[in-house]
Amino acid sequence: MIRTPLRPLARILDARAKGENPDLIERENIRRRHDEMQDRARARAEGRLLVLGVFFFCAFSVVGARMGILASSEAQEPMASATGAAIATQRADIIDREGRLLATNFETHSLYAQPPLMVDPVAAAEGLARVFPDLDKERLIRDFTGKRKFIWIKKRISPEQKQAVHDIGDPGLLFGPREMRLYPNGQLAAHILGGAGFGREGVEAAEVIGVAGVEKQFDGYLRDPANGDKPLQLSLDLTVQAAMEQVLYGGMKIMNAKGASAVLMNVHTGEVVAAASLPSFDPNDRPRPPATGFDPSDSPLFNRYVQGVYELGSVFKIFAAAQAVDLGLVNSETVIDTSGPMRIGKFPIGEFNNKNYGKISVADVIVHSSNRGTGRLALQIGSERQQQFLGSLGMFDPTPFEIVEAAGGQPLKPKNWGELSTVTISYGHGLSTSPMHLAGGYAAIANGGQYVSPTILKQKGPQYGPRVMSENAAQQARMMLRKVVTSGTASFGEVPGYAVGGKTGTADKPKPRGGYYEDKVIATFSSIFPANDPKYVLVVTLDEPWIVAYGEKRRTAGWTAVPVAAELIGRVAPLLGLRPQLEPGQGAGYTLTSN
Amino acid sequence: MPPADKEAGTIGAFAVLCPQIRREPGTKTPNRGANEAANGSGVMTDMVYGAVPERGGEPILPKWWRTLDKWSMSCVLILFGIGLLLGLAASPPLAARNGFDPFHYVQRQAFFGGLAIVAMLLTSMMSPTLVRRLAVLGFLGAFVSLALLPVFGTDFGKGAVRWYSLGFASVQPSEFLKPGFMVVAAWLFAAAQEINGPPGRLWSFSLCMAIVLMLVMQPDFGQACLVLFGWGVMYFVAGAPMLLLVVMAGVVVLGGMVAYSNSEHFARRIDGFLNPDVDPTTQLGYATNAIREGGLFGVGVGEGQVKWSLPDAHTDFIIAVAAEEYGLVLVLIIIALYASIVVRSLLRLMRERDMFIRLAGTGLACTFGVQAMINMGVAVRLLPAKGMTLPFVSYGGSSLIAGGIAVGMLLCFTRSRPQGELGDLLRGRG
Repeated sequence: MIRTPLRPLARILDARAKGENPDLIERENIRRRHDEMQDRARARAEGRLLVLGVFFFCAFSVVGARMGILASSEAQEPMASATGAAIATQRADIIDREGRLLATNFETHSLYAQPPLMVDPVAAAEGLARVFPDLDKERLIRDFTGKRKFIWIKKRISPEQKQAVHDIGDPGLLFGPREMRLYPNGQLAAHILGGAGFGREGVEAAEVIGVAGVEKQFDGYLRDPANGDKPLQLSLDLTVQAAMEQVLYGGMKIMNAKGASAVLMNVHTGEVVAAASLPSFDPNDRPRPPATGFDPSDSPLFNRYVQGVYELGSVFKIFAAAQAVDLGLVNSETVIDTSGPMRIGKFPIGEFNNKNYGKISVADVIVHSSNRGTGRLALQIGSERQQQFLGSLGMFDPTPFEIVEAAGGQPLKPKNWGELSTVTISYGHGLSTSPMHLAGGYAAIANGGQYVSPTILKQKGPQYGPRVMSENAAQQARMMLRKVVTSGTASFGEVPGYAVGGKTGTADKPKPRGGYYEDKVIATFSSIFPANDPKYVLVVTLDEPWIVAYGEKRRTAGWTAVPVAAELIGRVAPLLGLRPQLEPGQGAGYTLTSN
Repeated sequence: MPPADKEAGTIGAFAVLCPQIRREPGTKTPNRGANEAANGSGVMTDMVYGAVPERGGEPILPKWWRTLDKWSMSCVLILFGIGLLLGLAASPPLAARNGFDPFHYVQRQAFFGGLAIVAMLLTSMMSPTLVRRLAVLGFLGAFVSLALLPVFGTDFGKGAVRWYSLGFASVQPSEFLKPGFMVVAAWLFAAAQEINGPPGRLWSFSLCMAIVLMLVMQPDFGQACLVLFGWGVMYFVAGAPMLLLVVMAGVVVLGGMVAYSNSEHFARRIDGFLNPDVDPTTQLGYATNAIREGGLFGVGVGEGQVKWSLPDAHTDFIIAVAAEEYGLVLVLIIIALYASIVVRSLLRLMRERDMFIRLAGTGLACTFGVQAMINMGVAVRLLPAKGMTLPFVSYGGSSLIAGGIAVGMLLCFTRSRPQGELGDLLRGRG
């Protein structure tokens, strides 16, 4: 294309010569060029506008087609199922190992008011105040006559209350269905069940969500509408749990303890058949969590058997003995020198009441609960192998027990596991664990040396984990535990016919700011029964117990935790289906007579 | 309209040479009367000697009626009628909630609708130059009031400061800003096309970005998208290079992703859209169900249920009310009305030679169409949820009047006017 210059020199000169205004030439050329540009622009815009027009036509057609498809698909989605389905209401039940109900749902109603619909707000407020004495009449009147359009009055009301409100007869008082979680057994197994509360709330329904315990741990399963008719089965036995809570409560009162806990666990399956932590609460009316600044262990919500992480004392001695036997360093008859003085660094290792047992067998070290004896065993084992062994018993991690609180029970172990730690941990100081950890460790000894992880779910058959010690070591450890009861510190633990074996532990409670209390202890009795063929582990822990016996104030586990545990075993063993049996090899204790 | 203004000077110079000077409509050229009556040289003689008083061209009304796109205007009036009809169905629940008598909002709609129609008619009678001048002034006013929104605006508890409360009514400046911006941007584009013209593209782009930023800050992503879309369409028609268009599409996608990750408001809506099964208790769920309930002929006048459950039944989801009560038939009619307004306007603009008119008309028609399309696309879940009103059908005082002005401008720009074909023939360019 040839472009005409805006000011062609020839014409300009010509114009100048004629005395005309040369700008006019430029103006004309600009106009011509504009005309050309305009034509070109319109040609291009024509195409593009056509594209736009087609685009809009197509887009509108698509919208129309989609409308048509949607309008003709009416039958596929019925309206009835559409409203209110957002909040799933059917929460699965929870049952015990025998199928007895632990948690279920209960239909109640919520009460709300819509003042714009009210006929007589003042009368409605007065009527409500009569039905619910806890409501403030003045405030209701203020709410009903004010600007508010929607007021929740009660989240849950009983059928009787509902009828009474209905009888007030005001159309502005309305009810919404509310499914609530009901624990028919009240306080029973409160810490395991946890509790439930309302999540999202609407007028038509409210979401029930678990707030603690298995309710929270298995919230996803329980809430899944597909599991509405598939209850969650726990390993708990309702009757055993009831007996345990009753006996433990009595024991706690007699022993003047401020708290108590007990765990009863099947040594082969890891099933926790009963577990109690006192003081307890009612999951139907779960108390508020304690304010910060208070000791959480003072709240009834505190779960002592998984969250109560303490140095548990001499109950740990059996692990040192069992490992020493397992490693072939000693057997139960090997003689150990327990005489003092014994020093690790500058720390003297002493015995209870400054006793001196002299040279005694490994079994007697356990029977007499000799600190120096286990300390020397531990020194032979060495810190590496000790850590590895305790680790394999799950002592360094929170228990895998399936309630949400269990994750909070992180054991405390020394940062620097030196020789001193090796010795003190061998007799249960310096390593803080929960009673549930201890039950797991004793279960390994009881079942012949295999780790089982504690579980709250019902299992089918034994659930052995990896082997942690030899059959022989476990067998010898069981023999020592039995001897502790027959002739040692736990002599109150004898239950005729059930061959209880166990180990006591009395540990001074640590002060919150360091150091230990002189007069506050955690007394623990960790037992297995029947010792010749153990089926169950029972760990009983009392918090700050004391009892006056023989004119003396006594705190040791042998005087406090052991009698409670013995009573417990006597009560629950028959419920567990264990028949009283004579121990093998004790034939001399009785004579057969003919009738 | 710079070309016309410039030409006014040249016409004087060439009028003697060529009586059939290209005449831009609405410009007062000295020999206007001569052009109108170019076939009778006797009249010209009379004029020269002052025997016949000079007439300012054809009378306004007849000329308006002759050149108007009557089909489009009929479509707009029908849409307004449908809006009133649907208002009768959709607004009583809202009136009941707010304690007014049932047809309170219908009365308001009729009142504002009347104003809007008057505004539309008046605007469409103006000359493009006058429209441009008024629109630029209006744009300045709207721009300033948009900028002052954070100071004086209210959010009516909806979480976005978009309105001025005037007591009896509320005004959303962005509604008025949109048509004004289209005109200003088209003016700048057209000026940029001139030889020795200003860098109008850059100016209009900066203006567009400023407005989009202000709207995003409110936040009002819907209006921001509309403004951006309108500008983009104008740029496209003004001859944007293809490569740039591709790049811009990429930028839009990127911006969307940034908005998605930074704005919860935005992300929630996109998530709701991408989720294949619609939650029946959300607005979209109700709307979908309403359309399904309606079927081909609807559940019957006054029988609809969706208006009771949807808070925005009278604005954003009015199409759902239409679908439920009157069925697919009415919905298709509404779609056809919008489509014919947009497509007819675009086709008419294809003939238009004046760049400003072409661009401004395109921008107005496309924003109008796209707004309707987005509104309905959301209801059928073709597009993510976006609060956007259905022009002329949804309830809303200021949006109605702004819509009336915008459509009035569009009708003004699509009026048939001589495109200089005769001049081409005479000058041998045709």
